[in-house]
Amino acid sequence: MTEPRKIRLATVSLAGCFGCHMSLLDIDDHLFELAGKVAFDRSPLTDIKRCGPCDIGLIEGGVCNAENVHVLRAFRANCHTLVALGACAVNGGLPAQRNHLDLGRCLTAVFQSRPGMDTGAVPDDPELPLPLDQVHPIHEVVHVDYFLPGCPPSGEAIWAFVSDLLAGRTPRVAHPLLHFD
Amino acid sequence: MSTPHFLLDGLPVPFEEGQTILEAARAAGRYIPHLCWHPEFAPHGSCKLCVVKAAGRYVSSCAMPARAGWEVESDTPALNTRRRTLLQMLFVEGNHFCPACEKSGDCQLQALAYDLEMTTPRFTHFFPDRPVDASHPDVLLDFNRCIYCELCVRASRETDGKAVFALSQRGIHKKLVVNAESGRLADTDFAATDHAAHICPVGVILHKRVGFRTPIGARTYDAAPIRVVAMRTEADDD
Repeated sequence: MTEPRKIRLATVSLAGCFGCHMSLLDIDDHLFELAGKVAFDRSPLTDIKRCGPCDIGLIEGGVCNAENVHVLRAFRANCHTLVALGACAVNGGLPAQRNHLDLGRCLTAVFQSRPGMDTGAVPDDPELPLPLDQVHPIHEVVHVDYFLPGCPPSGEAIWAFVSDLLAGRTPRVAHPLLHFD
Repeated sequence: MSTPHFLLDGLPVPFEEGQTILEAARAAGRYIPHLCWHPEFAPHGSCKLCVVKAAGRYVSSCAMPARAGWEVESDTPALNTRRRTLLQMLFVEGNHFCPACEKSGDCQLQALAYDLEMTTPRFTHFFPDRPVDASHPDVLLDFNRCIYCELCVRASRETDGKAVFALSQRGIHKKLVVNAESGRLADTDFAATDHAAHICPVGVILHKRVGFRTPIGARTYDAAPIRVVAMRTEADDD
């Protein structure tokens, strides 16, 4: 008898705060069960830099710069099932609160006009990804299979959701696990 | 002669002549989702969340008088999918950033989205620019969350006798405005004790210095979903 193949799981935080990843760690003892069932691909937990072929991709955060777009598309290309994890991935969240402001004026205000910032110019190092004029939820850039809202979704909600996915069930999150705050 | 009744999702609902489908359903303890309807005001019929299929046609149950013998569908996957789509359009049309909203947990739009299991806004966000009005000493207006239900318009006009609010312009440009030369709430006779100050189903009309006073877990829709809470009392503000 061969061991059943482990589910490959990739995770990433784009324009997010890593709070959803913290919440993933909040599943506590279930981490052992999860580790028994999945092999982590690209994730802050493994430090693998590129996403390989995966069964499930969990995306935290929205899309605020060119690198986010690139990484998100790579996840979509490699992950059979792509999940928007948390408020920012679902609707842009906190970073999207800059969307009604002019990006150029934001950058000028931070890097040129703010007291104590005497760099004299907005940084333009080629290694810095270009910010987008607006922050977008990920479904506005790629097709997303499932959404788990919450800021962050609770560990309990994440575990219920991931358990469904791992068992081959359609994930369903309803009251009281479904919340937007 | 027996009381006339219609069938709501297969079960009989008695009604009195002149009652709407929604009113009769509520009187019988049956919940039909709604946002712009309020028991104290005439039907508005704008949010369409109360859509039902009556005798084969889609109608707003808040405005349609009940008829004897009708078969009415409400809590069905097909109708709830339509309602979810309406909610999704409301969410992308404004700026509904729940984690930073004082009304979170007490908001009817959010509670309905939970109850109808809306996990994604699905459509492309408008991200409109809607500056807030903090001019009034006691009340803040955050237009980002307005869903144009006109409850504040109606309450101010009909109960308070003030006509502080109005909807202006049409279609995609429609917006809630304040009836003052300056457009500022401080320049009206609006008071925090007005009925209009306590009727917003979302987080537009907010009382200052009380935000986030109620802890998570004790808010209106934390313990029970809106379909249960709304039947206890018509969910009001604060």
